[in-house]
Amino acid sequence: MESALRPCHTMVDRRQSNRPPSRPRHDGEPGWAKGLRKLYDSVLDEPLPDSFDELLKKLDASDNGK
Amino acid sequence: MASDTRQETDSRDDFRQTLIATLPHLRAFARGLCGRPDLADDLVQETAIKAWAAQVRFQPGTNMRAWTFTILRNHYLSELRRHRRQVDYDPEAAERLLVMDADQEGPLHLSDMDAALQKLPAERREALLLIGASGFTYEEAARICDCAIGTMKSRVARARAELARLLDPEPEDASLPHI
Repeated sequence: MESALRPCHTMVDRRQSNRPPSRPRHDGEPGWAKGLRKLYDSVLDEPLPDSFDELLKKLDASDNGK
Repeated sequence: MASDTRQETDSRDDFRQTLIATLPHLRAFARGLCGRPDLADDLVQETAIKAWAAQVRFQPGTNMRAWTFTILRNHYLSELRRHRRQVDYDPEAAERLLVMDADQEGPLHLSDMDAALQKLPAERREALLLIGASGFTYEEAARICDCAIGTMKSRVARARAELARLLDPEPEDASLPHI
């Protein structure tokens, strides 16, 4: 997954060949890439809200109906 | 006959377990797609119902996440088309994210990240979410979005360039006086 997050070098090189990168990169990854994952993971780590209870019940009950 | 029924029940249980385990991933993807927690959760629930109803089409052993992401994405797009509902960015939700710990490397807040993400055109946003956050390969992401791998790569590259512009200001911008 780490490697998929790094900029595609051929594309980046072509785009930026005539100027240096806008800021130093750590591990070849811009700061926002980490931010994006953090944002995503913050939702991933949330417990399912109560509004999902109904859905879970429905999934459980659907066997009995068939 | 009896063992067939037993097998059917087992596979339905497996399906249910996997589907439930996939819900947090669907929520994260949907939230990134539409930027609104309430709409995102509606999308996820509707997706789960659709996936459950279509479970005979799921091949056991294949990637449940990719399969359900495809359903969610298609559902989201058709909802957008049907209602023409322009999904607004929810500033309150972004505000809540501010309580998250700030990245120690820089002043980038998750709310900035979220706001920038929502400024991207939808197809670049989903491309970036799939590759940069969900951890799908280009091939899987292309299949989910029903496009060529090259198209997916170019969407991600453009999304990256746009986010870099929005979030990592150029040095000359940084030298401008702050107001």
